[in-house]
Amino acid sequence: MDEFFDGPLEPDGADDMIRLLSVDGERHTDGEYAAQVSHVTGEVLLARYRDLVMCRRFDDEATALQRQGELGLWASMKGQEAAQIGSGRALLPQDYVFPTYREHAVAWTRGVDPAQILALYRGVDLGGWVPAEHNFALYTLVIGAQTLHATGYAMGVQRDGAVATGDAERDTAVVAYFGDGATSQGDVNEALIFATAFNTPLVFFCQNNQWAISVPASRQSRIPLYRRAAGFGLPGVRVDGNDVLAVEAVSRIALERARGGGGPTLIEAYTYRMAAHTTSDDTTRYRENAEEQLWAARDPILRLRRHLLSIDAADETWLATITAEAADLGADVRRRCLSLTDPEPMSMFDHVYGEPHPPLQRERAAFAAYLAGEADPPLAAARLTGTRA
Amino acid sequence: MAKAINAGLRAAMDDDPAVLLLGEDIGALGGVFRVTDGLLKDFGDGRVIDTPLAESAIIGAAIGLAMRGYRPVCEIQFDGFVFPAFDQITTQLAKFRNRSSGQVSAPLVIRIPYGGGIGAVEHHSESPEVYFAHTPGLRVVTPATPPDAFLMIQQAIASPDPVIFLEPKRRYWEKSEVDLAVRPATGEWELHESRIVRPGRDVTLVAYGPLVRTALDAAATAAAERASDGTAGADIEVVDLRTLAPLDLEPVLASVARTGRLVVAHEAPVAHGLGAEIASQVQEACFHQLEAPVVRVGGWATPYPASRVEHSYLPDAERILDAVDRVLSY
Repeated sequence: MDEFFDGPLEPDGADDMIRLLSVDGERHTDGEYAAQVSHVTGEVLLARYRDLVMCRRFDDEATALQRQGELGLWASMKGQEAAQIGSGRALLPQDYVFPTYREHAVAWTRGVDPAQILALYRGVDLGGWVPAEHNFALYTLVIGAQTLHATGYAMGVQRDGAVATGDAERDTAVVAYFGDGATSQGDVNEALIFATAFNTPLVFFCQNNQWAISVPASRQSRIPLYRRAAGFGLPGVRVDGNDVLAVEAVSRIALERARGGGGPTLIEAYTYRMAAHTTSDDTTRYRENAEEQLWAARDPILRLRRHLLSIDAADETWLATITAEAADLGADVRRRCLSLTDPEPMSMFDHVYGEPHPPLQRERAAFAAYLAGEADPPLAAARLTGTRA
Repeated sequence: MAKAINAGLRAAMDDDPAVLLLGEDIGALGGVFRVTDGLLKDFGDGRVIDTPLAESAIIGAAIGLAMRGYRPVCEIQFDGFVFPAFDQITTQLAKFRNRSSGQVSAPLVIRIPYGGGIGAVEHHSESPEVYFAHTPGLRVVTPATPPDAFLMIQQAIASPDPVIFLEPKRRYWEKSEVDLAVRPATGEWELHESRIVRPGRDVTLVAYGPLVRTALDAAATAAAERASDGTAGADIEVVDLRTLAPLDLEPVLASVARTGRLVVAHEAPVAHGLGAEIASQVQEACFHQLEAPVVRVGGWATPYPASRVEHSYLPDAERILDAVDRVLSY
């Protein structure tokens, strides 16, 4: 590695990262960032812990469901809960989120039913939820493509006059989630260019989980990703992605800046993908167990738990009730996953177009006849009768 | 025709404040072909948006605008420059309605000047229609005349589905009367209707976009041959396809049922081209009516050539008439 590369996570502050909760659970309460989350105490702080634990449990349950053949695939977000809950809890209802396919905890903060997320991975649906009900777009599997949709949506927000009005219920921010690998995609770079050119109310939220399947972030960039922002002409900030408080603080600043007409911000949340890329992946082929152990010790949930116990905000009894609630969630998700039935074959033909499309309608009718066991093959010849003498 | 499209865009923007334009050089310059001439002045830069130079972003951002309720009309400057946006068009735009079970739609119009014949440099003369016609979820249309261009651009903007609107660039300068009062709801033609533009008895000739003019010229030449020497010049029925996806082959099938012979002409390479799809559907539907194999005329299976030889690549009236002779020889 060269001089541009950060070594392993250093103690607080030495690694160019904003952090409010040290790895051993000590909370920093001074300064601009700490002030952003001064309200996150007591019940609110406990609610953040509950979020992390519930989402971890959901994620673990989904992995188990895949192992048992109930999901075709699962993309775990294990280790990224703090990055997702911290940013998700900074959102206002009118804000709009464009996720990748791994934003399960952000979905949780937007009120998306976890079982609906499983529909996609079970293979019974291509989407799963109604985006307009949650201001949470469908998952995007083509890496980085959604960052452009977010940019355009933010341009629409501007045209609707929903920026810098001073009305806290009207001013709207848009968030584009993406990963370290996506930063190499043309679409993400184009999104950064468009967003700055039009000064859109947009937050680029990059979860650097350090691995794009098997390729380390060092192959994507010679400099820390947040420092790329300078080249595009927008602020860039790196936050400890395993610190739910710091992520929330940084997100609140960037979101408020967007809503107020200040333009886009790039946030790099430095975190770690504790699981494999997906359930089809095998981490033993490309990374060391020692690295995984190192990051297991930096687990974002452990960190917050240490803090809660250290300040007596929670005791083992309370922690146990949360664990039990999470177990109930897991059981509920499992039950509802198993109740997701396969779609009818004819549903393939639904919603391809908004207006009638005669060739597709003919195919549909022919396939319906085939399924019904009708004798004649679906030859277009049926369209003309009689022969030329 | 360029002015007809301009007038159609203006009419759509007048009628619906959600309609806005995105593209490269579409503002002060009015587009490299001046199709958006004057629109910036009249509608402002909130609705006529000169974008940074990035085609994928033009389409991707337009998708986001559509999700917010806008009706974006994107200009891709030349056919050969659409490919950086190909992913956004095929993996994103085309699928939104389906993958969201109808909850999300992205009614974009993507205008692309296409085709050759203007002596242009590389990448400025391509015919990419089949890439899009092969993608479920998209609609692909191409006008051949100024009145159609005026009507069809308005219909495309009104469509709830994404529409690839292919503009035959060598016909931009073609002139004819256009009734500017025509609106989609009162149009004589629907967006997805093919039409017989010249009746004939002997051979059906299908063309679209830039080659409709060429096909009519070929038919006129054949008719003139018959008149001058008294021998049997072919009486050619010309169909202007207008819509490439969905195909409206009813007029073609009805025509072939009468003539028994079909020639399909397009600028795009014959190999794997739209002519193959048409030929296949016609043989299936008109097996008993056909008197001869269906013959296709089009570009060769080569990259689009240097402009000084493009007229040996593009089908002209002579090559079309040669194909007509071949189907008549059976």
